[in-house]
Amino acid sequence: MDNNNFSTKINRRSFMKLLGAATTGAALAGCAATNDDANPEEPPVGKMTYRVNPKDNTKVSLLGYGMMRLPTLDAQASAREDKDAEIDQEMVNREIDYAIEHGVNYIDTSPAYCKGRSEHCTGIALARHKRSEYYIATKLSNFNPETWSREASIEMYNNSFKELQVEYIDYMLVHGAGMGEDGMETFKGRYIDNGILGFLLEERKKGKIRNLGFSYHGDINVFNMLLEQNDKYQWDFVQIELNYFDWKHAKSNDEDNTNADYLYAQLAKRKIPIIVMEPLLGGRLAKLPEPLANKLKRRDPEHSVASWAFRYAGSFPEVLTVLSGMTFMEHLKDNLLTYCPLKPLTDEEKRFLEGIAADLDSYGTIPCNDCKYCMPCPVGLDIPAIFGHNNKCLSEGNVPHDNKSPDYARERRAFLIGYDRSVPKLRQADHCIGCGKCMPHCPQKIQIPREMERISKYVDQLKRQA
Amino acid sequence: MLRKIRLVLAFVAFVLINVLLLDFTGAAHCWLGWMAEIQFLPALLALNVVVIAALVLLTLVFGRIYCSVICPLGIMQDIFSWLHGRHKKQRFSYSPALTWLRWAMVAVLAALIALGMASLASLIAPYSTYGRIATNLLQPLYIWCNNGLAAIAEHYDSYAFYSVDVWMKGMPTFLIAIASLVVIAVLAWRGGRTWCNTVCPVGTVLGLLARFSWMKVRIDTTKCIDCGACSHNCKASCIDFNNHKVDYSRCVMCGDCLEHCKTGALTYCHSVKTEDSKQDAPTDPTGRRVAILAAGVIGAEAALAQTKKKLDGGLAVIEDKKPAKRQTPLTPPGSLSAKNMATRCTACQLCVSKCPNQVLRPSSDLTRLMQPEMSFELGYCRPECNQCSQVCPSDAIRPIGTDDKSAIQIGHAVWIKENCMITKYGAECGNCARHCTTGAITMVPSDPKDDTSPMIPAIDTERCIGCGACEYLCPSRPFSAIYVEGHEVHRTI
Repeated sequence: MDNNNFSTKINRRSFMKLLGAATTGAALAGCAATNDDANPEEPPVGKMTYRVNPKDNTKVSLLGYGMMRLPTLDAQASAREDKDAEIDQEMVNREIDYAIEHGVNYIDTSPAYCKGRSEHCTGIALARHKRSEYYIATKLSNFNPETWSREASIEMYNNSFKELQVEYIDYMLVHGAGMGEDGMETFKGRYIDNGILGFLLEERKKGKIRNLGFSYHGDINVFNMLLEQNDKYQWDFVQIELNYFDWKHAKSNDEDNTNADYLYAQLAKRKIPIIVMEPLLGGRLAKLPEPLANKLKRRDPEHSVASWAFRYAGSFPEVLTVLSGMTFMEHLKDNLLTYCPLKPLTDEEKRFLEGIAADLDSYGTIPCNDCKYCMPCPVGLDIPAIFGHNNKCLSEGNVPHDNKSPDYARERRAFLIGYDRSVPKLRQADHCIGCGKCMPHCPQKIQIPREMERISKYVDQLKRQA
Repeated sequence: MLRKIRLVLAFVAFVLINVLLLDFTGAAHCWLGWMAEIQFLPALLALNVVVIAALVLLTLVFGRIYCSVICPLGIMQDIFSWLHGRHKKQRFSYSPALTWLRWAMVAVLAALIALGMASLASLIAPYSTYGRIATNLLQPLYIWCNNGLAAIAEHYDSYAFYSVDVWMKGMPTFLIAIASLVVIAVLAWRGGRTWCNTVCPVGTVLGLLARFSWMKVRIDTTKCIDCGACSHNCKASCIDFNNHKVDYSRCVMCGDCLEHCKTGALTYCHSVKTEDSKQDAPTDPTGRRVAILAAGVIGAEAALAQTKKKLDGGLAVIEDKKPAKRQTPLTPPGSLSAKNMATRCTACQLCVSKCPNQVLRPSSDLTRLMQPEMSFELGYCRPECNQCSQVCPSDAIRPIGTDDKSAIQIGHAVWIKENCMITKYGAECGNCARHCTTGAITMVPSDPKDDTSPMIPAIDTERCIGCGACEYLCPSRPFSAIYVEGHEVHRTI
C-alpha cells in the first residue's frame, strides 16, 4: 500500500515522460514548443533567480533538480519503473554539470527513486563538484512496513550518506507524511512509535542535517498536526504540491485532496519556506487539452505550455524552490529559460491561469498517466486505454454533449469509432463490475469504478442519440 | 438492343442489391431497401399485394424479365454462364422441359410454407439463396476491404471508415451457402439457366404467366433458315429451331437469340414471328470457388488470431462466452412470434448482415434452419437500433420504431445462481442491474432478513423486454449468470 502510494509521488511527477512521449509522437500543439527547434535560445549563465532560506541565509536556486526520473541508455525504458533499465550515468553527469553551471544548486533525491538507484547516481554526479556548490535533499523513505523499525530506518538514513558521498545532508525530509490508507496511523508507525522523528531532530542538532522538513501527501490531518506542533519540531521547510490547478481545484481529482491555497497559507503564516513538487500536476499542465493549450500559445507563442506552470509556482514569494524531474537536456534548458531569471506573473496573468484551471476542471480529463499499475483488471478491462480515449477526445474537443450542435454528428462519430479503435469491445467500460480491485493500486487515486460507470453511461447515451 | 438494355439493367440491379446485402453501416437500406422488397417470394410471404401485382403485370406484358434483371441469383448464373461462353461458343441446345419436376418443386415449396417451414423452403428460393451466398461469402471480403481502409483511415486520424468484426455466425448456413454456390455455379457453367428452369419455383410460376405474355420472342418462319444459331445460344435451352417453337415458360427474355439471328427471323414483339437464340458462357468457376472458399477459411483463422492477440500485454484473459441454452429461441422485436418467423422468413440473411451489434445469427436448429435468432455473447439488442425490422422484405420482422421496440417483450431474463459472481467468487457485481435498459433488475440482499448480506439480482419479468444487456455484460464466463429466455409470442408491456 505504502509502496503504491509512494509510486504515486514519482508517478505524478511524470512531466518528463509525458513530454518526451509527446515529442516523439505527433506532438500536441501545446507541449511541442518545449522541445522543438523553434526556440534555439540557450539559457544564460548567471541569471538564475535565487530565494533565501531565512534560517541560514543561504541562496537556493528557484529551479530544483528532481532525480526521480533519470535518463536511461535505452531511451524508451523508464528508470523509475524498470529496474533493468540501465541509467545513463554519463548523461546524468552532463545534465548536473549543465544545471550547476547555470546556477541550479538544489538537488532532490530519495532512497526509493529509480528502484533505489537514484541516490547512488546522484552521488556520483555530485562528487565531481565542490560540496559548497550544491544543496542535497534526500528523504527517509521508509514506506515499506518492513523498514518501519528503528534499526531499518536508521540503516536507510545512514545509507543515504554513503550513496551520496557526503558528510551532511542539507535538506532531509520526512517522506510522504499523510500517505497510507490511514494517514495518521501510517505516520505514527513510520516516525513516532519508533522514535525516528526524535532521532532526526537529534541529527539536526548534531549538524548532520542542516534543514529538516516533511513532504506532504494525502491526509490533511497529518499536515495540520505537524504544523500545530511546529514549536516542537521547528520545521525548516515543507514540501507540498502546488500548481495552478491544485490551487483551487485539487478536490476535483479526489475529495480527500486539499487545495494548495490552504497549504500555502498555513505555511506562509508560519514563515516556513516551501518546496514545490508537482508544478505540472503530473505532466497534465504540460499536456493541456488542445483548446486550452491554444489559449496559452496565443498569449505567448514563444514559450512552452509548461513554462506557464513553472512561472506560476515560482511567483509565490514563500517558495524556496520548484522541483522538476528533468530526464532530457531539452527539459532542463526550457526550465532554465523560465527561471533565468524568473519573470513573475502579473495579477492579470495569475487570473488568466486560474481561468485555465477552471476550464481544465470542467473538461473532466481523468488524471491517468498510463502507469498500468491497476492492470490486469480481473474482468479484462483495459483501464488505461479507456481513460486514454476519454482524455484524448476531451483534448481534441470530440466529446459531444449537445445534439443540436452542428458538430455533433462528427464529434459523435469520432468518439464512438475512436473508442472501438482504442479499446476492444469486451474490454470497454461497460464491463466494469465495480469490484474496486484496481483502486488501491492507482497512484492518482482515481475512482476507477465510478469513472467507468460515468464513461459507460456517456457512451450509452451517445449511442442512443444518433 | 433488347439484350443491351437487359445487360445494363441487370448490371445496375445486381450492383444495387449487392450493396444492400453487403452493407453493414445501416445506411444502404434507406435507399435500397426496395431492392429486397421487389423480390417475388419475400413479397408473396409479406402479402405485399402491390409488388406481387406489379410483378405479375410485368411478366404478363414482357415475359420473365424478372429472372433476367431483378433476381440476383439469375444474374449470378448469367455471370458464370458468360464466363464459360467466352471460351466455348454455341454450346447450348434445345431440351424439353421437365415440367413434372418444376411443378413438384413448386408443390414442395408451397407445402413447406404452408407447414410453417419457410426455412426449408428457402433452400430452393432464389433470392434468399443469393442472400446467403452474398452475406456469408462476399460480405466478409467486403468487410475486410473496409477494415483495410479503416486501418489506413486510423493512420491518418480519419473517422471515414471504421473496423467491423468478421465472425462465424452459423456454420450450417455458411456451409449451405457454399454448397448452393457450388451447385448453382456448376449448373450455370454447364447449362446456363438449368437451375431456373428445373428447380426454381419462382421461375416456374412466372413461366406459367410468361406463356401468356403480351410481348414474346417470335420466329418468322419465312425468314428462318434453320441455322440453329438461336438454339445454340439460348441459355434457357427453350428454343426448338427445328419446329420453330419457343417454350415461353422457360424463356427469361435475355435477348441473346435476337442478337444471334443473322436473318432477322427473330423479333420481340406482340404479334407473330420469331426464332433464334444465343447466349453467354463462362470460364472456370473452380478457381473462383476455391478463392472464395479459401477466403472464408482465412477469414475464420484471422478472426481466431485476432482473439489471441487481444490477450497479450498485461490484460486479463477474457474467456469466450458460450451461447445460453434457451428453451425458446429469441427472435428479434417486430417478428411477432416464433410462428410468424417460421412461416415468413426466407432466410435471406439480410437482417443478419445488418445487425450492428453481433446479436443476430442464423439458427442451426433443423426446424428453423438459417432463420435469424438472437444471442448475446458479442453484444446486445441495443435500444436505438431497429435495422433488422427495417430491412426484412418478407415481413417476418415487421417494421417497428425504436419507441415501439422499448415496449416489446421478446423474452425475459433468468438468473442462474450457480454462475453468479456472488456464488462463484463471493464478489458483489451488479453489472446486470446497472445496465438494465428498463430497470427491471434490482439488487436485493440474498438473505431477506439480513440487509447486509451480499446483493443478488432480482428480476421483474413484467418489465423485462429481453434486450440481453444483462446477459452480454454479465462477467461470468463462459456461461452468463443471467440470460434471456425467449417468448413464443411477443408481448407489449
